[in-house]
Amino acid sequence: MHIIVCIKQVPDTTNIKINPETNTLMREGVECIVNPFDMYAIEEALRLKERCEGKVTAVTMGPPQAESALREALSLGVDEAVLISNRAFAGSDTLATSFTLARAIQKIGEYDIVICGKQAIDGDTAQVGPGVAVQLNIPQITFVKKIEEVTPPPAGSIRAERMMEEGFQVVESRLPVLLTVVKEINEPRLPSLRGKMKARKANIQVWGPEELGVDSDRIGLKGSPTYVSRIFAPPQRKSGKIFQGDAEEVVDQLLHELRDGKLV
Amino acid sequence: MSILVLEEKCTGCRLCVKACPFGEISVEGKLAVIGDGCTLCGACVSACEFGAIEIEVERTREIDFSQYSGVWAVAEQKKGKVQSVTFELLGAGRELADRRGSELSAILIGRRVADAAGELIAGGADNVYVVDSPVFEQFQDEPYSRVLSRLIVKWKPEIVLAGATAIGRSLIPRVAVMVGTGLTADCTGLSIDDDGQLLQTRPAFGGNIMATILTPRHRPQMATVRHKVMRALPSDASRQGKVVHVELKESDKFVRAKVVDFVEEEEKTANIAEADVIVSGGRGLQAPENFSLVEELALALGGAVGASRAAVDAGWIPYSHQVGQTGKTVQAKLYIACGISGAIQHLVGMQSSDVIVAINKDPYAPIFQVATYGIVGDLFEIIPMMVKKLGRA
Repeated sequence: MHIIVCIKQVPDTTNIKINPETNTLMREGVECIVNPFDMYAIEEALRLKERCEGKVTAVTMGPPQAESALREALSLGVDEAVLISNRAFAGSDTLATSFTLARAIQKIGEYDIVICGKQAIDGDTAQVGPGVAVQLNIPQITFVKKIEEVTPPPAGSIRAERMMEEGFQVVESRLPVLLTVVKEINEPRLPSLRGKMKARKANIQVWGPEELGVDSDRIGLKGSPTYVSRIFAPPQRKSGKIFQGDAEEVVDQLLHELRDGKLV
Repeated sequence: MSILVLEEKCTGCRLCVKACPFGEISVEGKLAVIGDGCTLCGACVSACEFGAIEIEVERTREIDFSQYSGVWAVAEQKKGKVQSVTFELLGAGRELADRRGSELSAILIGRRVADAAGELIAGGADNVYVVDSPVFEQFQDEPYSRVLSRLIVKWKPEIVLAGATAIGRSLIPRVAVMVGTGLTADCTGLSIDDDGQLLQTRPAFGGNIMATILTPRHRPQMATVRHKVMRALPSDASRQGKVVHVELKESDKFVRAKVVDFVEEEEKTANIAEADVIVSGGRGLQAPENFSLVEELALALGGAVGASRAAVDAGWIPYSHQVGQTGKTVQAKLYIACGISGAIQHLVGMQSSDVIVAINKDPYAPIFQVATYGIVGDLFEIIPMMVKKLGRA
């Protein structure tokens, strides 16, 4: 069985703030990490490989430094990695990104399952996974919290639980299929020392538009229907009232405020 | 590649260097130089005070925009009951349609759902397209997306709105790719200019940044909209509208990923994405059994129970209650954080709530920085006292 995981390198958003005076991003000391939801995707791919035997390939699109995200995936046990990187891909929105990833997946070759994290924590769109499924013309199961059963090819089927607001759906699909996974699905492993050594030495292929054979109209800024026209800081919260002291008194003060605001 | 630094305008002031989220700009001589890792995000363009940086968008495809008109709201129903987010979409869509002098249509897909059409008209729709078939009984990505794309291609709306719910966030990205247009997720603000350009404002980077996004060269302009941000119109039963029954094609019904079961999770307390009031518990509760305190307070307030990641990871409460970066983003009218220190990953999931109350014994806990009201004290004393007083009122 061949499982392909799509990952993204993201800034550790916890540190990103906007300077309200200049309306620009303040990025001092922002580190890059593998998108947390993609860590669950990698883990699930590795577990499927251990269950059914096979191979896991990780693919990412990003600037050259995104290679380190792939090395991290390799250190966890991923077998092969592909980096899609070229200036021509810059400015890609979710449509151009899903198109490019789908082309890369087709070039990687035969596959049975594609796994993505539910969404990336920088853009938070959750659009690339379903976009890739459409571009590959394969079915999708989004927000998967558990894989109940997998039958490897040639029969090739899967049954998974998909999280919804008030419960979960049980979805059955044929393979190949694309899954997006939520945190509940597993507990990601840590890399082993041997894995880290292997990852350091691994050869990572880098593909550009020529290798993918893609039309320049469909990638990067040109292939992106959406365009960010402005970024700005969200309205700042006013500093609040703090109550301290005797429990009964502070509760009375709080409830008084909440009743004034018709909140209770 | 089409980012340009205009030499005659650039002063080498370094504003762009500070603005670049990727550290890709340097100043050499008195000129900004853009590195190979540039993603064309445009942060430097807005930061430059001299108009010295330009991103060129080449027009690759001209669409005859005049063919496109009308605003669509994709209705969400569960077991035939229209979900409240739909009425918010109709409220927002009505305003956009009125500004454009065009019609607002609701798209209602499901099984035996035609009865709900009247409600949608009362909620602001001029037309309701009803798509009714057993295959739509449960939400399934493939038939829903196929029929919706087919309708969009046929009727050419200018704008398509849907809820940023589990269904919306699974279905609409498919549809946008199928019709080959842009989609903006999770909008918290929508407005329109005189040319019919939809200004879609959404939070990014976990709510630390707001971005306004345009779809300049493609139609329809598609957006999913966060629940509880837009305002529904008061229901008006005297409103008139047209109901159109859509004929299905055999190919619409084709399903590869089939829903075989739906398991409802029994919860004492309502789902957090929908709730107006949320009471959340964190590590400060100390033990799983103490979550009953949070539940009691939620019950007294008619609210839902949330949790911090620490409480979920400790196994005190299921993941479906987790608020924050790897859990759910909520926007409550009243959010009460009990024993939650307020790590940024939690804050980004709840900081857009209207009123935030923090109860924590550590006066320096970061949660107090976003709190409208804070109580510094022992939650084991405070919460029972609140429950008691609320019960009496």
